[in-house]
Amino acid sequence: MEKFYTILKYTFITLWTVFIVAPFLWAVSTSFKDFQSVNSKVTYIPWLDFEPTLEGWRVLVKSPARGGVDIVEPYFNSIFVTCTASLISIVLGTLAAYALSRFTFKAGFVRNNDITFFFISQRIMPPIVLSIPFFIFLSTIGLLDSLLGLVVVYIVLLMPIAVWIMVDFFNRVPKELDETALIDGCNPYQAFYKVVLPNSIPGLIVAGMFCIIFGWIDFFFAFILTFTEVQLLPVKVVALNSSITPWWSLSASALVSVAPLIIVAFVVERYLSKGNLSGALK
Amino acid sequence: MNLIGENISYKLDNEYHLNNISFNFKKGNLYTILGRTLSGKTTLLKTIAGLINPDSGSMDFEEKNFSKIPVWERNIAMVYQQFINYPHMNVYENIVFPLKQRNVSDEQIKKDVDEALKTVGLVGFENRKIQELSGGQQQRVALARSLAKKAKILLLDEPLVNLDYKLREQLREEFKKIFSEGFSQETILIYSTTDPQEVMELNGEVIVLDEGKILQKGPAKEIFENPLNLKVAEISNDPPMNILKGSKISTKINLENISLELPSHLNNLIDEAYNFGIRASEVKLDENGEEFEIELAEISGSETLLHLKKGDTKVIALIEEVMNFRIHQKIRINFNNNKFYAFDLTGNLVSSPYGASNG
Repeated sequence: MEKFYTILKYTFITLWTVFIVAPFLWAVSTSFKDFQSVNSKVTYIPWLDFEPTLEGWRVLVKSPARGGVDIVEPYFNSIFVTCTASLISIVLGTLAAYALSRFTFKAGFVRNNDITFFFISQRIMPPIVLSIPFFIFLSTIGLLDSLLGLVVVYIVLLMPIAVWIMVDFFNRVPKELDETALIDGCNPYQAFYKVVLPNSIPGLIVAGMFCIIFGWIDFFFAFILTFTEVQLLPVKVVALNSSITPWWSLSASALVSVAPLIIVAFVVERYLSKGNLSGALK
Repeated sequence: MNLIGENISYKLDNEYHLNNISFNFKKGNLYTILGRTLSGKTTLLKTIAGLINPDSGSMDFEEKNFSKIPVWERNIAMVYQQFINYPHMNVYENIVFPLKQRNVSDEQIKKDVDEALKTVGLVGFENRKIQELSGGQQQRVALARSLAKKAKILLLDEPLVNLDYKLREQLREEFKKIFSEGFSQETILIYSTTDPQEVMELNGEVIVLDEGKILQKGPAKEIFENPLNLKVAEISNDPPMNILKGSKISTKINLENISLELPSHLNNLIDEAYNFGIRASEVKLDENGEEFEIELAEISGSETLLHLKKGDTKVIALIEEVMNFRIHQKIRINFNNNKFYAFDLTGNLVSSPYGASNG
């Protein structure tokens, strides 16, 4: 019976792996094809089925004037906006979360949980609700179509995630740990950065990863809040799709788009396992 | 130069956690706070530490208003019932941390830490991670951190409660040693516990706390011999003291369905109804005694604890040897009459076998 379960388990894992990995392999294969190999018949393996070409990749780095799309600049724009917004969100979010976890706030009927929910509610709302206010807001302060404007908007999107994850994390750090730090001669700020923060690294990494993922994949706000000056990667990738769909360069751009996330996922994977999170304390 | 608290009260959600508490703790002394769970022990210790700001009352230490000094400048040490250490540091770093915070010189640090490690018996464990230690060892690290600081006030909040039986016995012995030898006359030691036996063994000044109120203060012996009222008798005895309703009629004590000879120390009582108290250890097996039925028999260590019943009268007896009994078995017991306490119907002590009484 146990053997049966083992077989079942591995069968499932294998199928799931194929389900996840196959599209990537397909994209890798397609990115080296040309019009002929995509449209004539189904082809899989380079050199055997079709003659590989680097044309799909070359288009990505050539300027539009030379018949390319040039995703290099949007790529760096995306990295800048995502990293800056994530960093600020994590810093502010962690401070907010610590306060929400440790101190009691009262304002009318508003309590700590209500404030936490207020943060999360920013993510519950459909993004389209926020689009017009954001547009008017950015145009009023003159940040429409600029990197700074995008960073501001992304902080609004990402900070709730950081607050949400970190409140939960801090709630699991015993209060007695802070108290011991106070008794041992730390003022509240020292207690936070000498004792609580070093023990929250797994939480910070998980929160950071989620911020990076959600910042990186956002298309909607990047699309409506920018025009010509600044473009982010997702918008540029979609723009590739013109009268004829260039499957080869689309595949190549899709691969370079997800590459950073795959790297991030591999780096933080060990922190995501339950053992590491719960083993952080006690 | 004492730690003096006056009329300290603290209320949370309309419930008193501390109710008009006053104390005068002297340097070089050991104080034990005895009370059941939620009696306010931890709240009191946290108030002294400065982690809780009481609603009213004042606290002075070394002629300074203690309430005005923030926690991190108070020069106190505290050991919690949970084993609280810094998980991101090893044993050595944990003990050094408070010293570094206070800018103690490197030389002094080394000396203090070595001494503290020796006292708690953790020499050789300096580079271990906290997670690699057993519960007992973790609590020793917490204790070492508190000792190395040479704080003027050392608070121990039920430090043994989360340890298993064996370790508890062992650490309790070590505590006694540490408290009697390694303590400077400059330190006030405050130890809270739910365990009356611990209080008796540590033999300090005792404060009995219940529902945030001080019920009785005094040396351990005094609390044991003359509990001021039923509540104190209950809290300071494990197993709890047997309380039997009855009355004194000339030369007899009449319990519900038992009549006993009046012991001489109760001679002066007026004839009326009382709550008579007798410790479980003063109930003896006796061929000629009263017949009781066994409801439950527990063997713990080298003792046997019997829950007995006769009509509506329930009695707990502590027999100092291991014996096997069957449930519902009938046995005969007798009370050691000379050890009867008499409490009046409101619960205050009227007469005790050890002489003192307030009646």
